[in-house]
Amino acid sequence: MQYANMTTKPDSELDARNFTPRKRAREREARLIATLTHSGRGFYLLVAGLLAVIAVGAYAYYRQLSEGLVVTGMRHYVFWGLYMTNFVFFIGISHAGTLISAILRVTGAGWRTPITRMAEAITVFALLIGAPMILIDMGRPDRVQNVLLYGRIQSAILWDVISITTYITGSLLYLYIPMIPDMAILRDGLPGAARWRKKLYTLLALNWHGAEAQEHALEKAVSIMAVLIIPIAVSVHTVVSWIFGMTLRPGWHSTIFGPYFVVGAIFGGIAALLLAMAFFRRALHLEEYVTVKHFRYLGILFLVMDAIYLYFTFAEYLTSGYTSMHPEAEVLGALMTGRYAVTFWGMVLVGFLLPGFMLSLPLFIKPAPQAKVGWVTMRLRPALGIGVALLLVAGGLVSAIQPAGVGALIASVQPTTVAATSAQAADSTPYLQWAVLFTVPVLFMFFLPEMRAHPIATTTIAAALVTVAMWLKRYLIIVPTLENPYIPIPPSTPADWAHYLPSGVEWAITAAAFALFILLYVLFSKVFPIVSLWETREPAHVPAPAHPAAGALAPEMGD
Amino acid sequence: MTQQTLGADRPQPTELTAERAEKNGIRPSPLSRRQFLGLAALVGGVGAFSSQALNVVKDSLVSAAAQARRVLPTFTADANSFGKLVGQDGQPLSSPDAAPTPQPAGRHRWVMVIDLARCDGCRMCTEACNTMHKVPEGQEWIRVFKMQDPRTNATYWFPKPCFQCDNSPCTKVCPVSATYKREDGVVLIDQDRCIGCRYCMAACPYSSRFFTWGEPVQTAAERAQAYDVELNTPHRRGVAEKCLFCPSLLRKGELPACAASCPMGAIYAGDELEDIVTNGRGESAKFSQLILDGSGYRYLDELGTKPRVWYLPPRGRQYAPPQPDQGHTGHG
Repeated sequence: MQYANMTTKPDSELDARNFTPRKRAREREARLIATLTHSGRGFYLLVAGLLAVIAVGAYAYYRQLSEGLVVTGMRHYVFWGLYMTNFVFFIGISHAGTLISAILRVTGAGWRTPITRMAEAITVFALLIGAPMILIDMGRPDRVQNVLLYGRIQSAILWDVISITTYITGSLLYLYIPMIPDMAILRDGLPGAARWRKKLYTLLALNWHGAEAQEHALEKAVSIMAVLIIPIAVSVHTVVSWIFGMTLRPGWHSTIFGPYFVVGAIFGGIAALLLAMAFFRRALHLEEYVTVKHFRYLGILFLVMDAIYLYFTFAEYLTSGYTSMHPEAEVLGALMTGRYAVTFWGMVLVGFLLPGFMLSLPLFIKPAPQAKVGWVTMRLRPALGIGVALLLVAGGLVSAIQPAGVGALIASVQPTTVAATSAQAADSTPYLQWAVLFTVPVLFMFFLPEMRAHPIATTTIAAALVTVAMWLKRYLIIVPTLENPYIPIPPSTPADWAHYLPSGVEWAITAAAFALFILLYVLFSKVFPIVSLWETREPAHVPAPAHPAAGALAPEMGD
Repeated sequence: MTQQTLGADRPQPTELTAERAEKNGIRPSPLSRRQFLGLAALVGGVGAFSSQALNVVKDSLVSAAAQARRVLPTFTADANSFGKLVGQDGQPLSSPDAAPTPQPAGRHRWVMVIDLARCDGCRMCTEACNTMHKVPEGQEWIRVFKMQDPRTNATYWFPKPCFQCDNSPCTKVCPVSATYKREDGVVLIDQDRCIGCRYCMAACPYSSRFFTWGEPVQTAAERAQAYDVELNTPHRRGVAEKCLFCPSLLRKGELPACAASCPMGAIYAGDELEDIVTNGRGESAKFSQLILDGSGYRYLDELGTKPRVWYLPPRGRQYAPPQPDQGHTGHG
């Protein structure tokens, strides 16, 4: 395979035809390898910051272990909260990787090579963070062995245990196998490296020396894993949704939940992958590996998933809303017009629709030539947009203050704390939040030329919006349903029982989970090359698909 | 009151309502045993109709359905649970394991009937239960709701224990068989096994399960007692709890704490097999006759859970109907 060619063929043969690209490729690879051993101040600052967040989270968990789940905001009615939200979110993120990279591999998309490793690493770390969220949520984590000792296959939780452990195993293999040639490259190509690195790379390289038999075996293993991992990934998020789907709860007991969650997971997964691409591109200066093309291609896949997800969302809520069945109608009311309206519509408009517009920009509008974009368009227009947005917020502030004074203003900023007393909820319409919400499309319109000029930044911002929205979506699946049981919660119920407000402990653990995820990911990029070395050595525009038939499906679009 | 007339079809958000008028005596309560017997008769008739090809197909489907019902019991409990286990149709299965707790003497199938016409919402049942089981703070294993049906203006009190469903959703979802259905009809929780995942709470549509979030307040003596699965004592942190029907009292011929304490005699408890139920005033009635005469129904029966608690609709209430909630009343 190409690995052998690269090392055995004299450079002169290639250089005659292709001198500059070859040299540049070698240089970019050298720069990438250098990031493994050389870290800037930013890296240490980041790690220190993440460790601090994790330390706070660890203390919070210690408190939870010693005092019990009473330190959380969860109570009789809302007995699942942030931990379950994080669980579903991280398991969703895990689809970034393996599924997307597997699909791209199976379809022989040649442009995938610089981003597959990033994607596969996300999967492994997201699973390592997501699965233990259930342990953190458990009242008796000391009895977790009971799941193995007395496990009942009839329980959807067991389905999750089986599916997720299979997925972790599979995605670890799927991350590792294509990394073997890279391990050999690092084993041989890092003369001055620390001893532990040498040992690690030698061990993980499995005596790889690029022999034809080895290449054949590798190719076969990767192909098999790529096909196997797809149904496993689909099963994982299906059974996660079935934890909810198998109950008699409004908003959960839905036949659409399996595919809905799978689509949501792929959607959120692509968002996470785009964020990782943008981060590493900047942090490790991978501009020559991760290009506009990657953001654009993945952005189109992202847009498609966005459209499918919106469709599912529409289908789900229309079906349950049209008939107004009790208590489905109450859950829907809480989302559409009630307690969670701002969150819900914010999620739909800013989290799903707006990114859709942002991602479809390159489909309709070609980037304007820089020369024609004048000062007015690039500077004055955004300034104008910010001005209008500020006016909107100011208007929101005024209308929030006017009806009921300062109390309503506070209420509009934090409706969740106030709505607990239902009598007040009616007159404290969150004007300000709506105003803030409307600034987003305004800013969007005024920043159009900016976005056209910066496709990578635009795609990244869209991905960030979607990531937040997908987290909120999981929260909105869990909490409003629990707040609207079949037997309505009596008005005399204490507010902290009837409604859920996550406690500091829960937020600290949540923040720590995110920090640990980023930390693991960043550390991984310091030990293993975050871009596949051997796969990017072959020119991306001359793909050599193992199976020509599959290769024909490759979405090789023109730039 | 005007609020209700205006409210027409839509419940006011501050009111506790149950839009289930069709339940209130309009539909006769389906008896699972009768259904089963009918089905068994159908299955038995398979041979008689076998000459007709169409009927053969139809009946074999019916018998397959009956078969399926018989092999389903793993949904309610499994080999690792103790006590005798029952299938989805309520029929007992042979006990797979040696049982750590003594089997109830004789055959029983505990059942409860709550006469809503008698309950005046005094909450003595809740207090008696809390006292007897030393229920952890914040939990009410039997909870009295104020119900209102906007279409009929009916306001009434609704005491809700655990319904001990025959097709219990909670036992289906337990990942470790910590909660299970026993032959005498009750759904128990082995709190030495429960991992505290709260999936059973999610599965229960009646919000009848509770969770001990913090360390329960107990004396050292209480804490030192041997664990009793029929009482859920001593309480422990991080596990599910709920009403258990006081099977140890019923077995001795005594009423559960809630039924015994009810001054109105609204709560009847007894044995479905003996066909007799008794209330706190010492009044006994034939169970089948009581629910037949009183148009007994089971709450949210359409969810398919087959509760073991029957309600008699609040017809001819023996107390002043409670005022509709304005959002700040006492306990609901």
